[in-house]
Amino acid sequence: MRRLISALLLSAMALLPALTTAWAADKVKVGFLSTLSGPGGALGIDMRDAFLLAVKLNGGKLGGLPADVNVVDDQQKPDVAREAIERFTKRDNVDLITGMVFSNVLLPVMPTVLNTGTIYLSTNTGPEDYAGDKCNPNFFAVAWQNEDIPGAMGEVMNQRGLKNVYLIAPNYPGGRETLAGFKRFYKGKIADEVYVKLGQLDFAAEIANIRAAKPDAVFFFLPGGMGINFVKQYVAAGADKDAKLFTPGFSADEDTIKAVGEPMIGILNTSQWAADLDNPANKKFVAEFQKEYGRLPTMYASQAYDVALLVDAAVKQIGGKVEDKEALRKALTEAKFDATRGKFRFNKNNFPIQDYYLREVYKDAGGRITNKTIGKVFSDFHDVHAEKCKMK
Amino acid sequence: MPLSLIAEQLLNGLQLGLMLFLLAAGLTLVFGIMDTINLAHGSLYMIGAYIAASVIEASGSFLLGIAAAIAGTALVGVALEMALLRRLYQRSHLSQVLATFAVILIANEIVRMIWGSQPILLNMPSALSGPVELLGLRYPAYRLVVIGVGLMTAILLYLLVNRTRAGMWVRAGASDREMAEVMGVDTRRLFTLVFAIGAALAAVAGALLGPLLAVQVGMGDNILILAFVVITIGGIGSIRGALLASLLVGLLDTAGRAFLPYLFRQMFPAVIAAEAGPAVASMLIYVLMAAVLYFRPTGLFPARG
Repeated sequence: MRRLISALLLSAMALLPALTTAWAADKVKVGFLSTLSGPGGALGIDMRDAFLLAVKLNGGKLGGLPADVNVVDDQQKPDVAREAIERFTKRDNVDLITGMVFSNVLLPVMPTVLNTGTIYLSTNTGPEDYAGDKCNPNFFAVAWQNEDIPGAMGEVMNQRGLKNVYLIAPNYPGGRETLAGFKRFYKGKIADEVYVKLGQLDFAAEIANIRAAKPDAVFFFLPGGMGINFVKQYVAAGADKDAKLFTPGFSADEDTIKAVGEPMIGILNTSQWAADLDNPANKKFVAEFQKEYGRLPTMYASQAYDVALLVDAAVKQIGGKVEDKEALRKALTEAKFDATRGKFRFNKNNFPIQDYYLREVYKDAGGRITNKTIGKVFSDFHDVHAEKCKMK
Repeated sequence: MPLSLIAEQLLNGLQLGLMLFLLAAGLTLVFGIMDTINLAHGSLYMIGAYIAASVIEASGSFLLGIAAAIAGTALVGVALEMALLRRLYQRSHLSQVLATFAVILIANEIVRMIWGSQPILLNMPSALSGPVELLGLRYPAYRLVVIGVGLMTAILLYLLVNRTRAGMWVRAGASDREMAEVMGVDTRRLFTLVFAIGAALAAVAGALLGPLLAVQVGMGDNILILAFVVITIGGIGSIRGALLASLLVGLLDTAGRAFLPYLFRQMFPAVIAAEAGPAVASMLIYVLMAAVLYFRPTGLFPARG
């Protein structure tokens, strides 16, 4: 008899976990793969910190379920990312993957993610590849399409009457799309269009060429440490007195400001978010981020924080049944949450429709160098690729 | 194309070339004299940059930072030579490559443990952070200082190798090691000395480039490849060859980045020029290396006749 009972107990214990997972998910598993080291590391760290902050403020939960966030460093290398993606999709069976910073890391691994039916929420790059005819129900660009922010800057430079602009960006998909986006709106002459190696840190040759070309202004897109070095070296060469610098928000955010300091003052940049945007979600985010980490958040941080808010809202909407992928996808596309950037909704290609702002780096009354919003460039803006997308 | 632009790009090429020389000089001596491939040379460069960054941050003095980097890295070099490389001299090149590659990985992890994985952003000394007027040309003051220090170090090294007794041993060791040993040169001590000099030179490069680039884990890995290209072109074991090849590589790389896209645009449609220009520019130095090896398989100035 005793043997029978223990046998029954044992089999019950063995069956129990299987049964519970079949009923409803007991947690949300998130694979957070980001660039946490090297010259692009500051970006991923801000994203990770913001994402974990959102989870923490939510009592360790997303949509009412305990959040199991697995953070992995991709070192900005596609092969390292590929290994992590294999683990996430095959061994850990995560519900969602998010966090990647760079398009050259994201693009090679994305087919694997999407083929396994895993949902990917992009905290940063929004490549053209998934915006047009290859749009995918599992791919959500929560930040922007790569052309949006530079496009806004092209518009600003038209408004300011700049007629001869020099362009410089790294030679990788994100860089090429950025300059394409800029040129879609900018109407003046292009003094020159230069592509450098991704990760290049010495710009002596390029800066000398810029100066010789005598442009009205320079539009540069150099993410992470590249931009920090470019601005420092540009100012050290005295070139800023001849042609002012304009940039997408990436190269004029808190990470760059902290590293470069005074020379950043006066740089105009465009972004879908700013720390001083006046809405309750943003006020809470900026205050809590500063309290937790002792620094101001960057736009990257706001993007990852918004992803966490989006996931929280969607999971809550479907009552925690994350295993129902169809319902989860639908709830995500509806995006019923208050984003830190204010107005936000998805277009039919799962890329954002949102506003874009002009920011200026200045020194505030307390002597702190930071960005202030000085105008709105686009309202309810969306990318041009969406019309090629056949989803719904 | 204005003359001032060409002059400025020449200076840029010179600056890059001199920094490559500081790295290549140590590498070529170790390779030439000890017949040992030391892949970990880039790690010494990285350690030099980190020591400099820490000391500059703590003391606020740039000179002190460079001095500490030189002394500290030379010590690390001596320790590395005595603990590891000494056991590898008699082994095959493959064992040396494997062991010193392991050192790269270990060094990267140790640096990550001590300083973290975030790059240290070192600012130029404020007195040097602006441009200076130079015959009507505005040039970053800091880069001029880098050129000056690079030239001075090259001259000092030349005097050391060509005018001192230790230098004579070094040259003897490079051209015929067995004969030098027979003639009574204490090669054991000589090797340690050469290794320390190489480490110190790498540290100078690391400390000087720190504020221009970024002090980060793995910073030595890419520049090491360039240094190997330099010593292959220059001829292994030859300081003179290393100097000439460094300047060649520095100038060619800068010229490629500066003028090639411009040249391509004159010859091809804009789309092709934008794609091909940067690609060909980054290939140039390897084309140079292949060409030199085709005509002079042992490099421009081989130390062994």
